Amino acid sequence: MTGRLDDSNTRLPDSAEFEPDVDAKPSLLESRALRYTALALAGILLLSIVQAIAGTTELTSSGTWAAAIRLGIPIMLAGLGGLFSERSGVVNIGLEGMMVAGTWFGAWAGWDLGPWYGVAFGIMGGAIFGLIHAIATVTFAVDHIVSGVAINILAAGAMRFLSVVVYSPESGGGATQSPRIQSQIGTFDVPLISDALNWVEDRAIFFISDVAGLLAGFTTKMSWLTLVALLIIPATWWLLWRTAWGLRLRSCGENPYAAESLGVRVLRMKYYAVVISGALAGLGGAYLVVVQAGIYREGMTAGRGFIGLAALIFGNWYPFGVAAGASVFGYADALSLRQGEAVHALLLVAAIALAIMTVWALTRGKVTAAIIQGVAAAFFLGWYLMTDSVPTQVVAALPYLVTLLVLSLATQRLRMPAADGLRYRKGEAI
Amino acid sequence: MNSRKMLLSLLAPASAIIFALIVASIALLAVGRNPIDAFSSMWDFAATTTSVASIINRAIPLYIAAVAVAVGFQMGLFNIGVEGQYLLAALFAGWVGGNIGLWQPLHIAVVILVAVLVGAIWAGIAGFLKITRGVHEVISTIMLNFIAFSVIAYLLSNWFRDDPTSLNLKTRTFPESGQIPDLNWLFTMFGFNEPGGIALQGFLFVAIGIGIFYYLLVKRTRFGFELRASGMNPGAARLSGVAPKRMVLTTMMISGGVAGMVGLSTMFGNMHSYTQDFPRNFGFTGIAVALLGRNSAVGMALGALLFGFMERSALILDLEDTPKEVVQIMQGVVVLAVVVAYEVVNRMIERREVKAAADATRSTDVNGVGEEVSA
Repeated sequence: MTGRLDDSNTRLPDSAEFEPDVDAKPSLLESRALRYTALALAGILLLSIVQAIAGTTELTSSGTWAAAIRLGIPIMLAGLGGLFSERSGVVNIGLEGMMVAGTWFGAWAGWDLGPWYGVAFGIMGGAIFGLIHAIATVTFAVDHIVSGVAINILAAGAMRFLSVVVYSPESGGGATQSPRIQSQIGTFDVPLISDALNWVEDRAIFFISDVAGLLAGFTTKMSWLTLVALLIIPATWWLLWRTAWGLRLRSCGENPYAAESLGVRVLRMKYYAVVISGALAGLGGAYLVVVQAGIYREGMTAGRGFIGLAALIFGNWYPFGVAAGASVFGYADALSLRQGEAVHALLLVAAIALAIMTVWALTRGKVTAAIIQGVAAAFFLGWYLMTDSVPTQVVAALPYLVTLLVLSLATQRLRMPAADGLRYRKGEAI
Repeated sequence: MNSRKMLLSLLAPASAIIFALIVASIALLAVGRNPIDAFSSMWDFAATTTSVASIINRAIPLYIAAVAVAVGFQMGLFNIGVEGQYLLAALFAGWVGGNIGLWQPLHIAVVILVAVLVGAIWAGIAGFLKITRGVHEVISTIMLNFIAFSVIAYLLSNWFRDDPTSLNLKTRTFPESGQIPDLNWLFTMFGFNEPGGIALQGFLFVAIGIGIFYYLLVKRTRFGFELRASGMNPGAARLSGVAPKRMVLTTMMISGGVAGMVGLSTMFGNMHSYTQDFPRNFGFTGIAVALLGRNSAVGMALGALLFGFMERSALILDLEDTPKEVVQIMQGVVVLAVVVAYEVVNRMIERREVKAAADATRSTDVNGVGEEVSA
């Protein structure tokens, strides 16, 4: 078991799916980075083909990408929050509640003091509920999911109460929403590159313009807070995988008793992790309010904390994997805002993707899987051909459907921290 | 269970409630209201037969939702999807109930059956995904909640709608044969005033039946034994011949089936159709009640009544210009405090047992073995 305390190179190869660093093997690192870039480009190519057939540009326009980034960030922040917590061995279902606290406090300070204060208070609001979760799960060893569920109920109730007390008397505010935040966080364009990419996108060249659209989404009218949020991904990786502190934190999630015997202060590490987790979820909430909506509305998180957890699972408990998962869900979310025709074209994407999977399954001799996927492909193709649009309700359900679908396809090969969710009590090693 | 242990386990909910009252008092003081004054006016308001009927009406769906959650809890499964399951079930039940006309008991039975089936199937999806694809039920049931909301909106506006010209989105109203008469005669029978303006819902008997069913299922059947065994020690249960996958699917479906009935008290009692503003959130509050009542049939009933009491009595606060949402804080705090309190009490009991065992070995020890044990 002590092997667990070593760094990543002792793990099974396939558990390091999204592990960007494999020590002393730069060639492998390169090939993995290449593989994922190729996969992403192939995905965009598929979208380009479908766009050409369906006669829409909504699937890959810079507007869609920009929306996907904006909508993916809160999910990613919640996912990274979950990463800290679960890497230390504490399952955090309460992310949703912590995010709700982030939205409320973010809106309150954002409206009263200014957007950056909103960010700071959002982080604080999330961290407070993170602390409550830590007290319950770490100090009192309450079941993690039970405590998380209770946190979600408590946060929803407390924020409702605060809204009634604080927002109701204000003009524009009420029991379920805050007054509008007046000032905004600034945005920036990357000089020259942004213009160049937009120029390429406008030329509407097959595939090239679609890739340019994606890059333009990252370089045009980007909020400073988005940049900060994106920088948290490598920062998290560095902190958890390149510092002694991070190694200690992760050892608590793999084998807390071994960590304890080596002198790691397990309880304290778990406290740090869960409070950081709440802070990140709170930041996600503040982002929703300050950058996206400009207002607090009850229920505005709409399960993004939970989707963040799904991104965490999808990303196999690695920061870059979380980011990849969050971008898939953010993209689904973005398309659901674009309504009808984009989602209709997505039916064709699903049909083609399933057809490719069918062929692949056939070449590997998996007949049953091929039949199921073939039938599904025919279903989506039929749906695409028979209709002109998709009901708005299906569009609204898209992010959740995608989450469920992705998890059903992905969870088989994943490995969570060995002691994740188990209760730990100091000095009780067997 | 000896009396001392019993006292200790009562200590947990009692201390949680006291803690919640303290937090609520702080919130009340913060908005400039005297807490004692507020609590006493809540109590006075609740102590009428009208309020009692309302409290019980509120408790019925919460209790059924709690039982649904508890079935899963028994084997360590978290069905967070009760919310979606009961709303979807209520929609189908409302649609079927409004479109058939049968002999009354049969009509009611058909509606209940539809609700149970829809709830069980919807929860079964999560069970199926867990055993075939390894998707954790917490995530899948939450996602299924959101998907259910969309499915409901789609079906209600396109297929199940009673009158397409009306702005009011609802299913067809139940005929007389699909309604359950109220139980207000219970009050007059025992010499109390008849509740004014509120009808004690006849579905109460079904809810009690669900509680008894739950108790018998868990404590008196082979399935219940396997259920609890899987929850306490999955490895041992598997070795003794319990098929874990089948258990997961069956448990999820029973949980969902019970969840399907959550909305029916309202459906049979006063709404008689599924409408756009069909009451929500019973599913989530039900989780809280299950935690409060510790999965015990009686404990959850008390928890549901407590929550019903809080919600009803809070109505008076609004009339007195105090935000009634303070009870939502109380509910949240009670749940969190109660799980912490149970844990603390468990540790106290454990420590006592360890100490008792240590004392026992020491006193019976003659050969000096005990020194090694205590060392």
